[in-house]
Amino acid sequence: MSRSTWKGPFVEKTLIKKAEKVQQSGKREVIKTWSRRSTIMPDFVGLTFGVYNGLKFIPVTITENMVGHKLGEFSPTRTFKGHTPADKKVSGDSVSKDKK
Amino acid sequence: MARISGVNIPSNKRVVIALTYIYGIGSKIAKDICNKVDLEESKRVNQLSDDEIAKIREIIDADHMVEGNLRRNVSLNIKRLTDLGCYRGLRHRKGLPVRGQRTNSNARTRKGKAVAIAGKKKAPKG
Repeated sequence: MSRSTWKGPFVEKTLIKKAEKVQQSGKREVIKTWSRRSTIMPDFVGLTFGVYNGLKFIPVTITENMVGHKLGEFSPTRTFKGHTPADKKVSGDSVSKDKK
Repeated sequence: MARISGVNIPSNKRVVIALTYIYGIGSKIAKDICNKVDLEESKRVNQLSDDEIAKIREIIDADHMVEGNLRRNVSLNIKRLTDLGCYRGLRHRKGLPVRGQRTNSNARTRKGKAVAIAGKKKAPKG
C-alpha cells in the first residue's frame, strides 16, 4: 500500500539540513547518510550522497529520474558472487567423508 | 470478421469475450466498452453493425492504451528502472522477482525452468 498523500514524502529532517548546507556552500562534497529510507526530493538533483549499505558508503549522484525513489534503492546491501561450481562441492564432500 | 485496433480479429464469439483477445483489454474494460456502445451481452461479433464496430474502435483509441503502444510503454518502464540502477532495475536485469518474493525456493516464473545441478549427490535413504 502506498503512503497517504496528505503526509507528503518522507525525508529525514537532518538530511534536508545537510543538503541545504552543501548546496549553499556550493561545494561538491559527498553527504554521508545512514537514512536509506529518505525519499529523493527534486532539490537534491546534482548532489552526491554516500548511502550506507551496512558496510560502506556507496556514492550516489542524484539525477532527475531518481526523484521519488528512496536513497536505499541505489545502495545494494547484498553481494551475490555466484554459486560454487558443482565439481568443487563434490571434492569438498569426499574430503570430509575420508576424514570420517 | 472485424479488425479492431490493428491485428486482432476476434471470431464469432460474444463481443465481451472477443474484445479480451486484444492485448491490454481484459474482462473489465471489455464490459465497460460494451456498456458504452449499448450492446447486449449475448451479441456476437459477426452480428455487429459497421456503426457499432466504428464506435468500439473510437472508444478504444480514445481511452485505452492497447497492443503495440502498451507493450512499448511497459518495456520503457522496465528500461527506465534498469538504466537508473535502482534495486528494482537490478532485479529486472538478473531476471529475479522484483517485489521482494522469496527466491530460495519457487520464483520459477521469473527464473525459468529449474536446471539440474551436475554432480550433485542425492541424500542417502534412512
